[in-house]
Amino acid sequence: MTHEPQPQDAAGVQARSYYGRPVLKVTRWREPHLPAYLFLGGLSGASATLAAVAACTRRPRLARAARLAAAGGALGGTGFLVAELGRPERFLNMLRVAKPTSPMSMGAWLLAVHSGLVMAAAGSDVTGRLRRTGAAAGAAAALTGPVLATYPGVLLADTAVPAWHSAYRQLPFLFAGSAMAAAGASGLAATAWQRSGQDEGEPALRLALLGAAVEAAAGLHMEHRLGLAGEPYRDGDSGRLMRASHTLTLAGAGAGVVMGVASRSNQEAARRGSQGTATWWSRGTATLCAALLGGGALCTRFAVLRAGIASARDPKYVVEAQRRHPVPSADDGQGGAR
Amino acid sequence: MQRPVADVVAEAGYDDPPERVGFFTDTSVCIGCKACEVACKEWNALPGDVSGDSWASGAASLSAAPPDALALTGMSYDNTGQLGADSWRHVAFIEQQVPAGHGTALALADDVAESDGTRWLMASDVCKHCTHAACLDVCPTGALVRTEFGTVIVQPDICNGCAYCVSACPFGVIDRREDDGRAWKCTMCYDRLRGGLEPACAKACPTDSIQFGPLDELRAAAAARLDELHEAGEASARLYGEDPDDGIGGAAAFFLLLDEPEVYGLPPDPVVTTRDLAAMWRWAGGAAAMLAAGTVAVFARSRV
Repeated sequence: MTHEPQPQDAAGVQARSYYGRPVLKVTRWREPHLPAYLFLGGLSGASATLAAVAACTRRPRLARAARLAAAGGALGGTGFLVAELGRPERFLNMLRVAKPTSPMSMGAWLLAVHSGLVMAAAGSDVTGRLRRTGAAAGAAAALTGPVLATYPGVLLADTAVPAWHSAYRQLPFLFAGSAMAAAGASGLAATAWQRSGQDEGEPALRLALLGAAVEAAAGLHMEHRLGLAGEPYRDGDSGRLMRASHTLTLAGAGAGVVMGVASRSNQEAARRGSQGTATWWSRGTATLCAALLGGGALCTRFAVLRAGIASARDPKYVVEAQRRHPVPSADDGQGGAR
Repeated sequence: MQRPVADVVAEAGYDDPPERVGFFTDTSVCIGCKACEVACKEWNALPGDVSGDSWASGAASLSAAPPDALALTGMSYDNTGQLGADSWRHVAFIEQQVPAGHGTALALADDVAESDGTRWLMASDVCKHCTHAACLDVCPTGALVRTEFGTVIVQPDICNGCAYCVSACPFGVIDRREDDGRAWKCTMCYDRLRGGLEPACAKACPTDSIQFGPLDELRAAAAARLDELHEAGEASARLYGEDPDDGIGGAAAFFLLLDEPEVYGLPPDPVVTTRDLAAMWRWAGGAAAMLAAGTVAVFARSRV
């Protein structure tokens, strides 16, 4: 029963531990609940923003598609959030207090308000009733939406989990980019199937491409600039999911670019009076683009959860990081013996 | 919220509270008998430790079947493994080879000299009842509260099992009981404190390794004990968690250790995660502004 020799990493920092056991609790958040909530919440937030701007610029079909995506995302996301709880029947206890120190408390209130707004906007749009109220709710959701899409970065970072806490600068941008990509792509697909004009689909396509670029940049930054805490984003299960996400996002962006070029030539053809290329082609490409970008966004959320789990499970992420960056005043507390 | 707090209980809103209390766990006199674990289980009516996957995660996968209460770890005389929803005291057991001249003059000097240089370290771990408690900060329902004694407890009738506290604790103390769905941890025997009794673990400890009392008195006692050990040549003795200037503002349950904290499964330099909360919100705000501006921009360009 002798103590095993302590492993040493390349930097020569000894990673001592209690029989290699975790210092932290491995999170109780699980698949698919947490990643699905993050994905749907992001989709809802970015879609609400897209819908508001589309409505402002008189693009009714894109606005309706984005409102429906926002409402569906909020509804589905809330469902996953409730199912994640150990006591789902006590979900409303979330609204018992409003605690600025708890990102989950802030997020629960935000989700409650946002869901109400996007449901009102979508309901009014579909039924044609209370149009002014619906439009006002839709406009207000443009304020809650961007925060709903990015606050999960704070939710995850405000933990002791090394891969999450160390990434508090990147996570909100990762989630924002990923949400923009998913919302843009779903708007693009919806407008393609509705035979909307290019004028409606093109902003959605550009949003998807912008989001894909932001998501990829933030992801790469996390993988390479976080030092030890970035390792789980490159290695193991979580690393593979991160690479899958990059691949899907890149392919989705490629499909989007093809779609954009085709759509422009389509427009040229229409201007000359012909019917242009077959609509099935543009529908197919738009759907493919949405599936790839949506898949990439979903993979990102799974990768982030698994990276957190990996970094909580291996004590080296806690011990080495705290040995390398000690809080100056804390050393006194360790006694003079070290 | 981050810097030392003179009176954490008054800050929590109590008028005329009792003295802040805590545990000083002097591991140099722990004999690893686990009376504290048993007393805690009995007083608090805790079930056998079946709460599962965190336990298995040290070596095996998340999906590994949880051991029942009678499982053996096979790694040492420690078959509890860690603190959790059903284990609010945990006695760590470490067997290590001590190099010659290590400076273990007092604690187990005779044993070391007589044997092959093997020594045993034993330490009873518990919730630290931090001054800056991350679990308390992040709890979205208000189920976690600061008591009039300065301790941190979960109100089981409020907790909805969101498990945020589980990921927030820098010591891996609090956990969710999967069959019951709620988070549980040491209450420092809140019911006994209310009745003027000391917590069950401290009451049961046969060597006074677990000392309970007003925090100020415990800190003085710990400093004296540390000096005593250093004078006796136990150079590796150190206090852990007693400093109000550390990353958690000092723990109400602190320790005297004979090796580095990580050897006992403790983080060497824990920091309450909410210390960076303002910066986190600033970055999220920046990302939200980027999202909004980006969405407007993709429309603005489309008229070209």
